[in-house]
Amino acid sequence: MIQLTNLHKSFGSQHVLNGLNLTIPDGQITAIIGPSGEGKSVLLRHIIGLMQPDSGQISVDGENIIGIRRSEMNRIREKFGMLFQNAALFDSMNVFENVAFPLQEKTTLSKTEIRTRVLSALEDVGLKNVEQKFTDELSGGMKKRVGLARALLLNPRIILFDEPTTGLDPIIKRAIHQLIRDTHAKFGFTAVIVSHEIPDIFEIAQNVAMLYQGEILQFGTADEIKNSTHPAVKQFISGSLDGPIQMI
Amino acid sequence: MLGMVQSIGRLTIIGLRDLGRIGWFLVYSLYMIVRRPGSPLQILKQIRFIGAKSLFVICLTAAFTGMVLGLQGYYTLTKFGSEGMLGAAVALSLIRELGPVLTALMVTGRAGSAITAEIGIMRITEQIDALETMALDPFKYLVTPKFIAAMLSLPLLCAIFDVVGIYGGWVVGVKLLGVNPGAYFYEMGKAVVWRDVYSGIAKSFSFGAIIAWIGCYKGYYAGHGAEGVSKATTESVVLTSVLILVWDYFLTSILL
Ligand SMILES: Nc1ncnc2c1ncn2[C@@H]1O[C@H](COP(=O)(O)OP(=O)(O)OP(=O)(O)O)[C@@H](O)[C@H]1O
Ligand SMILES: [Mg+2]
Repeated sequence: MIQLTNLHKSFGSQHVLNGLNLTIPDGQITAIIGPSGEGKSVLLRHIIGLMQPDSGQISVDGENIIGIRRSEMNRIREKFGMLFQNAALFDSMNVFENVAFPLQEKTTLSKTEIRTRVLSALEDVGLKNVEQKFTDELSGGMKKRVGLARALLLNPRIILFDEPTTGLDPIIKRAIHQLIRDTHAKFGFTAVIVSHEIPDIFEIAQNVAMLYQGEILQFGTADEIKNSTHPAVKQFISGSLDGPIQMI
Repeated sequence: MLGMVQSIGRLTIIGLRDLGRIGWFLVYSLYMIVRRPGSPLQILKQIRFIGAKSLFVICLTAAFTGMVLGLQGYYTLTKFGSEGMLGAAVALSLIRELGPVLTALMVTGRAGSAITAEIGIMRITEQIDALETMALDPFKYLVTPKFIAAMLSLPLLCAIFDVVGIYGGWVVGVKLLGVNPGAYFYEMGKAVVWRDVYSGIAKSFSFGAIIAWIGCYKGYYAGHGAEGVSKATTESVVLTSVLILVWDYFLTSILL
């Protein structure tokens, strides 16, 4: 269980998180939706300790993760996998090396075993015959999928996905959603998915949280959010220009 | 008035914070060298980049430095009728001072800037964050191999610089200006003691650490975007060069 209590985070005079409270249940898929630039990526970076809040508490499985030593943090991070919004692939390595890297560094698997696993993970995300390409030779969608393969490969207990399907064509998007759902059914990890895929995300996530103005506006099951009567949530889901959310 | 005091206070705090951060960076890097030096393959790759690929430019600068020393030394020494001492003068200036310092400055320009750019780009593209989320220490992969490689490469490069420089001086002094070839090397052998050599090695060893330290530090804390990285690279070269000269003065005054 990941528990976020009264989180505040500002960059200069810009308040991004404003007393945010959220409890992410174990073994389920929780989607975080919300307008662009509202702090969804910032929220994920807090959960995995890449950013420290100005105030508030974060705990993972009951353990506080704020202000702890690096070695402690690394022990907790062993539970996590993360897909960054821009994939964050290592640009000095080719695709194969990128996906193999965590396996090489963290397991004692043999070379052939690593090779089989990496190739099948790449196949799972629909990538074939690109192992030798460098990351700058990939399209945006391919990078995303390499990042996804890298995040899934170590079978982490908690996976943070930052917009896993943004920039992918509709068929691959469907396939990636399917992949997330299938691997989740198989391994039962806790997933946090930041996503703009409305309504598709309601089919995958058990819970949905809507982030707006630095707070969780509403948290509930996918059905509850889909049928929400909250004006802002309703407007956001329908993508209407009229309502309390005025972006431009 | 209050505004001025405030901004002085703010600048002081930022200055102190940076000073603490840069000091901590060195301490943590040295600690990590002992704890987790990184894979031998990584270290070899870095030695190839920092050391082997600097050979050409080091030989070139060394040859011309030696030749200039030959010219200048000859000009000065003939005034006292002791051009036989040319070998000693060239060798001592190279081994004690110019070899380590010029080698370090050339490597700073070539490899120090590249270190900063590489790590800086990894910072702004979240590659360092990705390492952290995998519970892998970025220092082990990015910083310690560069430290070790720089500290090993610099003394070796410096030795090559010295030898090439001495022959550069020999070409000008003996071949062009007609100094007695026997005297050139005989006086050199008499004047140079082991202590001189050791002090040169100690200098280039610590210069290697400075290059890796500032190069990695500036990249690790690079600012935003391409501009942040280019600024970090410039600052890295300037700061490294200044630190090398300042540290050189202190070391010389201790080792003399
Ligand atoms: N390191 C940072 N320094 C300063 N401001 C930042 C930083 N990171 C994020 N921000 C600001 O925080 C706000 C939230 O950013 P974030 O990336 O979390 O948005 P998001 O909800 O993920 O948006 P999107 O859906 O477009 O990805 C933005 O206004 C951004 O400018
Ligand atoms: Mg984002």
